[in-house]
Amino acid sequence: MSWIIARRRRPAAGYAALLLGLVVVAAIYAVVTGTGGAQASPDQAQQGIAAGKALFTEACSSCHGQDAQGTQTAPSLIGAGAAAVDFQMSTGRMPLKEPDAQAPEKPVPFSQQQIYDIADYIASLGGGPAIPTAQQVSTAGANTALGSQLFSANCAQCHGFAGAGGALTYGKYAPPLTNATPTQIYEAMLTGPEAMPVFGDGTVPPQAKRDIIAFIVQTRNEPNPGGFSLGRTGTVTEGLLVWLGGLGFLVLIAMWLTARRRQPHSTLDSSVTGTPNHE
Amino acid sequence: MSTSEVPKPVAGVGGWLDDRFHGARGVRVLMKKVFPDHWSFMLGEIALWSFVILLLTGTFLALFFVPSMSDTVYHGSYTKLNGISMSEAYASTLKISFDVRGGLLIRQIHHWAADLFMAAIMAHMLRVFLTGAYRKPREVNWIIGVTIFMLGMLEGLFGYSLPDDQLSGAGLRIFEGVLQGIPIVGTYLAYFLFGGPFPGTAIVPRMYILHVFLIPGLILALITAHLFIMVHQKHTQMPGLGVTERNVKGQPFFPYFIAKGQAWFFFIFAALTLLSTFAQINPIWLYGPYTPVAISSASQPDFYMGILEGSLRMMPAWENNFLGHTISWSVLIPALLPLGIVFTGLYAWPFFEQWATGDKSFHNVNDRPRNAPIRTATVMAAVAFYGVCWAEGANDVIADRFQIPLYTVTWIARVLVFLGPAIAFWATRRICIGLQRKDAAELAHGYESGIIRQLPNGAFIEVHKPVSPEKAAVLGAKEPIELLPGPQAADVNGIPAPSGQGGMGWARARANRAFAETVPPEENHNGHENGHAAVTASSRAEELPDAEH
Amino acid sequence: MSDIEEGPIPPRRVIGTPAPAPNLLATQDRPGGEVAEEDRLPSEPQYKAHADNAEKIVAACFVLAFLAGCGFIAAYVGLEVHSVDAVLRSNLALGTSLSVVLLCLGLGSIIYVRHVMPDVEVEEERHDMRSTPEARQEFQEYAVEGGQASQLGKRKLARRTLMLATAPLAAIPIVLLRDLGPLPGTSLRHTVWSPGRRLLLYGTNSPVTPADFEPGSMITIVPEGYTDDADALAKATVICIKFEPGQLQIPTRYIGSTLIGTRNWTVDNIVAYSKICTHVGCPVALYEQTTHHILCPCHQSTFDATTGATVIFGPAPRPLPQLPMTLDADGYLVAKSDFTQPVGPSFWERG
Repeated sequence: MSWIIARRRRPAAGYAALLLGLVVVAAIYAVVTGTGGAQASPDQAQQGIAAGKALFTEACSSCHGQDAQGTQTAPSLIGAGAAAVDFQMSTGRMPLKEPDAQAPEKPVPFSQQQIYDIADYIASLGGGPAIPTAQQVSTAGANTALGSQLFSANCAQCHGFAGAGGALTYGKYAPPLTNATPTQIYEAMLTGPEAMPVFGDGTVPPQAKRDIIAFIVQTRNEPNPGGFSLGRTGTVTEGLLVWLGGLGFLVLIAMWLTARRRQPHSTLDSSVTGTPNHE
Repeated sequence: MSTSEVPKPVAGVGGWLDDRFHGARGVRVLMKKVFPDHWSFMLGEIALWSFVILLLTGTFLALFFVPSMSDTVYHGSYTKLNGISMSEAYASTLKISFDVRGGLLIRQIHHWAADLFMAAIMAHMLRVFLTGAYRKPREVNWIIGVTIFMLGMLEGLFGYSLPDDQLSGAGLRIFEGVLQGIPIVGTYLAYFLFGGPFPGTAIVPRMYILHVFLIPGLILALITAHLFIMVHQKHTQMPGLGVTERNVKGQPFFPYFIAKGQAWFFFIFAALTLLSTFAQINPIWLYGPYTPVAISSASQPDFYMGILEGSLRMMPAWENNFLGHTISWSVLIPALLPLGIVFTGLYAWPFFEQWATGDKSFHNVNDRPRNAPIRTATVMAAVAFYGVCWAEGANDVIADRFQIPLYTVTWIARVLVFLGPAIAFWATRRICIGLQRKDAAELAHGYESGIIRQLPNGAFIEVHKPVSPEKAAVLGAKEPIELLPGPQAADVNGIPAPSGQGGMGWARARANRAFAETVPPEENHNGHENGHAAVTASSRAEELPDAEH
Repeated sequence: MSDIEEGPIPPRRVIGTPAPAPNLLATQDRPGGEVAEEDRLPSEPQYKAHADNAEKIVAACFVLAFLAGCGFIAAYVGLEVHSVDAVLRSNLALGTSLSVVLLCLGLGSIIYVRHVMPDVEVEEERHDMRSTPEARQEFQEYAVEGGQASQLGKRKLARRTLMLATAPLAAIPIVLLRDLGPLPGTSLRHTVWSPGRRLLLYGTNSPVTPADFEPGSMITIVPEGYTDDADALAKATVICIKFEPGQLQIPTRYIGSTLIGTRNWTVDNIVAYSKICTHVGCPVALYEQTTHHILCPCHQSTFDATTGATVIFGPAPRPLPQLPMTLDADGYLVAKSDFTQPVGPSFWERG
């Protein structure tokens, strides 16, 4: 401690204090904004459509209507299909907490089985796209090259070239694709949630969907050989870094290079010059 | 030192060269040349060494890059793209990144160095402008510098477009669209540059020769001239004790400046290498090969083209059709106006300032920015204008990251592009004047020493001590600008000066008044350690004449 | 210049301002070329022990640089590339070692300058850039002399014919550029779409029927026969959007006598628009199902897909051209004809 106190007036002390402060603030921030994962309720509810109907009445009917026919606040779900329900609920977008430009992802309050039950119930009302099977979303043997071409032409304009997300109008956004499961990606293409267009099996055949999923999964799992990715959003972050990191760092070095030389302590000369003096 | 102590290499090699080139006196003069020391003088060197690094890394890359748009089907190390048809240029860039050891590192150093080159030029240009170092005799060097900046923008644009990836290809598409929209000659220019319709197969080889040969040659020649002029005229220096228009204080070229220059080169290279190790730049494998069918969100050019991109985004729709011809103002204005204003201003400013101040004398001592409020305020207004256009270029990224609606960001930019420079000008000028007043007060009254003394009447005052001679030299280093004789002023025969007449004369007088506004230094009270309390607020106000208009 | 007097206040530590160092030497050359003893640079540092310590630190930096340099070579030889993971390792190793080399060289150099080399501040005189009046006079006189000797001032005929001769020479480099490319002619007015040409899905290159579309869907379409032709695709790429019945409100519009948009060009509530933005040519692909707006990500031009892609925000001056569509005998979507107006960015001759 006295070691620190003895050096508190050194020029470097200010920089050290600033650095310590920044590190402390960053640590507090990281702890406080820790990411939460989706928490599935461990409940083991009953099977089937009846169970789904009960859950629906409890959690969804206040906005979507008693018979899912829709109200002023929410659209009809008749014909929406099981796939749409699974997508919206397994990503936590539904149930919606508060109206916003777009339903955000949030922690999932239901178990996967409960979601399947609700999906079965909705499907029983009017059909619609079914939840894809594991085989349908399997990326074994997929053509990632074709997937990359399809992704570039139909998806990248919203989701970004590497799936980092992007802005839409009026506060909407295309979310990053870092966490979506292959099933969720398939379902999103199939059902066109919110502002996303529908990419049905007629225009994007199932194999093409698998190719796209394979591309997305491989891209997001791929390491960045050049260093930190800077968000994979392109040149904006690169420009920021070259100014703040590159030029900023070099300006500090330049200040050091041209600073006045402090006269060193000599064992014979007891007069100490060069202590900081403030005007 | 007798000749017997001179080491063999110096005597031997030196003699050999001198026999042929008569260099002894000249080289000695060069070795003894004094270079002043200030951290802001090193910004230009960042650009210089970045350029050297660009040449070195660029040569390496050119040994592997294939500047051809012929199609090839990829089968290489980046397996995700196996089977895709792409240009040879793109495939060779993938090869450099994934199949050449050190290739990715050198590619990244090259790209970071290009960004740093442009950033350093901008910072250096700002420093030169803010300190008035472009004044006589350095106007030509300033023009050379601005030209290097312009060439650098072009060089970077062509450079990052060479790999023919999706992002830079979109930039080329925009470039072609803008070119096409130029009245009368636009379609011809576009077809001649691209060798036909977009994209064609000619643009990459053509950009290649511009990027590796023509433009670097021009930049190299201009940099050489820039440095030669700087050495010949000697560098300016910051005001200080003993600094006059007729001397230079600092350290000699040999050995001090060379040693520090070497250290600086290594630090710059180290900074670039650190960036290239830990921060990925231009990951073309993620962008994919260029196809005119596709586009990505967050498509921005490198930052130094951001002003163009932003002005294209900011502009509302505006087009006129007449007599079978179309002019698209929403393309033409963003393409020509912002950069036109910036570069015209940059080129013309030294001469405008000379005209407005009537100042034809030599300036080897820099101005402190606060002592030239109009100049500083003008450049801050320009920075605000440039900055708003630049930031708008990233509007979709800003909208996404900060969750501001997309159109709102654009509307803010549309307003700020006019309001921002005005506010920046006004605020900067006020701040400069305020700082000048603070300096005048400090010069006159000394600095607060931290020593508290109690007066006999019981009051406490803080003792002011006179500033050190070095500080006094800095604080007092303001050259007043002469007020030119106005339009009414006449010579002995009663004939008014022709240059003061008419609209230009009025404009000149008006500008001159603005430039000449000054804050006179207070009379030096030689620091009073007591009776400070006797100086009341009202008497202080009397001492500071109001210099505002 | 004499030594600076130490005033009552110790010198301030100010980063960046010139330092008043202990020695202040004026390096003026004496006549005869001899330099006085007190004008010479010091040959020894002021505090030798300090300099010796500093040299040790410098040496340590340089040794570290040497080791890192060897590390670079070892990493180059030892680490392979040819996969993303391998390149990551290689880049990290090569980059870190090179950074250490350069940093240590830089650190060592600057510590050496600041702590081993004696501190010195030197003053040099600036000479007037302006030459003496005599030198100027001599220059001007010789310039006039030389000009007179050249006779050019008197020889109007030679002078003028010389200028005449060099005029084409100045024009020749420009003339030589003519064959850089073909004249645009009318090629900007047309795309490769023609009556009966099928609409293919980009990527899979398969034809489509209206049944393949679902309401709210959007997809990228390319013309049959030109799926690999980038020049053609740069103008001919199309997006197809299918709406619910009743959503499409495409008015019938003319420019002069040319029909440029109508409900009749849609099939089963499917409409086809050019994907090439009318601003500066980016693919305008961002379709928002809920607002039925098509947004171009480059400069945010926004088009309303239900009303013929009319512009509702942004710099695009004109709506996206609509592709006339119909069905062929097999039920596939085909073009009825080419676009009836030029696609893409405006140009002078567009009209």
